[in-house]
Amino acid sequence: MEDIMSNAQTKIMRETVREMDLTANLKWRRTKDFLFAVTGLMTLLFAICVLLALFIDLAMTGVPRISAEFFMNFPSRFPEKAGILSAWVGSLAVMITTAFVAIPVGVAAGIYLEEYAPKNIFTKIIELNIINLAGVPSITFGLMALGLFVYKLKFGQSILTAGMTLGLLVLPIVIVTTREAIRTIPNSIREASYGLGASHWQTIQHHVLPYSSGGILTGVIISLSRAIGETAPLITVGALTFIAFLPTAPVSDVFPFVSFQWLHDAFTVMPIQMFNWVSRPQTEFHVNAAATGTVLLIMTLLMNGIAIFIRYRFRRRMKW
Amino acid sequence: MSELKAFTSANHPTRRWRRIKDRLIETVLFLAAASSVLVTIGIVYILVSESLPFFSHVSLVEFLTEREWTPMFSDAKFGIRPLIAGTFMATFIAVCVAIPLGTIVSAYLSEYVRPSMREALKPILELLAAVPSVVYGYFALLFVTPLLQKLMPELGGFSVLSAGIVMGIMIIPYVSSLSEDAMRSVPTHLREASAALGSTKFQTTLRVVIPSAFSGITSAYVLGISRALGETMVVAIAAGMQPNLTLDPTEPAATITAFIVQVSLGDLPHGSIGYQSIYVAGLTLLFITLVFNIVGMWIRSRVQEKE
Repeated sequence: MEDIMSNAQTKIMRETVREMDLTANLKWRRTKDFLFAVTGLMTLLFAICVLLALFIDLAMTGVPRISAEFFMNFPSRFPEKAGILSAWVGSLAVMITTAFVAIPVGVAAGIYLEEYAPKNIFTKIIELNIINLAGVPSITFGLMALGLFVYKLKFGQSILTAGMTLGLLVLPIVIVTTREAIRTIPNSIREASYGLGASHWQTIQHHVLPYSSGGILTGVIISLSRAIGETAPLITVGALTFIAFLPTAPVSDVFPFVSFQWLHDAFTVMPIQMFNWVSRPQTEFHVNAAATGTVLLIMTLLMNGIAIFIRYRFRRRMKW
Repeated sequence: MSELKAFTSANHPTRRWRRIKDRLIETVLFLAAASSVLVTIGIVYILVSESLPFFSHVSLVEFLTEREWTPMFSDAKFGIRPLIAGTFMATFIAVCVAIPLGTIVSAYLSEYVRPSMREALKPILELLAAVPSVVYGYFALLFVTPLLQKLMPELGGFSVLSAGIVMGIMIIPYVSSLSEDAMRSVPTHLREASAALGSTKFQTTLRVVIPSAFSGITSAYVLGISRALGETMVVAIAAGMQPNLTLDPTEPAATITAFIVQVSLGDLPHGSIGYQSIYVAGLTLLFITLVFNIVGMWIRSRVQEKE
């Protein structure tokens, strides 16, 4: 009899303990949940703060140096006289060449892979290749360009070589974003077009491309904003760090009025100018580097901002 | 009527022209897609063919065992180990920063934040990857290094440590963006099942969402590591450019990429030993990146088999 009593008592006691355990356990689990949410928020804020610190540090040093003269002067031995004229003109020329390489090839490849490609081993190889190409270090593109464009094809250490190098470098970005943009268009649109007797290409030309143009444009801008900051591959192909002349003007007053000589000229670009200045020991040159960096950063942020804006606008407008 | 009939027949000139045009366009588009494969072939071909002459001067044994890398000195030594040590050290520090922070951020954004907030926060976070690397180099040399010197007064002006930390912050978005995509594609019913068993959000994230998204998260890590291995300007600016066989992150050292930049800055005649040495270095870098990508693919395939 006594035995049974104590058994029942221990049972009750055990259950109470278990219940207390459960409450404590639940409390602890909820605390952990809360702690993780706080950690997540903190990490995110930390990342954003670093971005802010970078921007403020650069702007504080660089902004006072930015003036009209800074944009109109060539680099110089005297830090207070030095400017980024050859660098920004070079960046512009290289960007134009890059766009002419990357946009047609990238968009065409994206269209092929989304609209035409049969499901076979070759398509699989192309897709895998594009994914892997995006992970290849950018400096290896520079080494390839030095061996192939500069020495084998004899383009020289020119704007043409630089533009083609960066064009190939950002090609995967253009292809991937083009494909993503095309993929959002529902098949019903294509079927409606075929139903009216349009051919495959007519469907793409009149429906698929116009509807996905926002997404494609976003990709193009993002890829150019990546290209404008690229430094390493251009150093490898032999961009000069000190250039006190401009490329040949593309238009002239003698026949035939347009000239493509500028494609073969030597060049420098803004990131390389900045690298050159930041590697010098004098603080005055660091100020120049900060000013160049500020210009570069504003350009990149502006391009990214435009891209985000276009994406947002198109997403709002396109409701299928 | 007969005109319409003629038009609908497959052999009408307009329709035949349209067919030819479609074929032509398809061929052009195919060539564009195939050109991306040519780029890869070009990279591998040029890197291999330009570095082959190097191994007629230097034996593979010397390349792998020599402890110094001084190809531009008159007493040239060709041991790749200092450069590999520098590359791995910088990458390791970057990964130690980027993987924990990136994973936490992605789990937080995917599981804890409202979709509208997420859409606002993601582009800001992705700006971290949009900042040009040369600007990060400036930041590492003239902001982070002085900051670290306050904590560690013995730290020199150039160190792998500060370059690695900045590189890690730079690649957070590469890690977090892909991981978050992977976590969000985990079906909701798995989360609901976990919640029904009494799990908190944190437990669900840790034991259900992350394991289910493991394959995608691995891809994110591999991409982040590849980025760190190939990153050039941050290390070239902030880590100094002397090849240094050390595992002490407070010392200056050169990575493979920094060496290539340093040599490219000078005059580099085609076919000289300096010219060949940057191709050998580039080939080594490509090989290391490839190995990491293959390991990533292998891990992913192992996980998918289990499922």
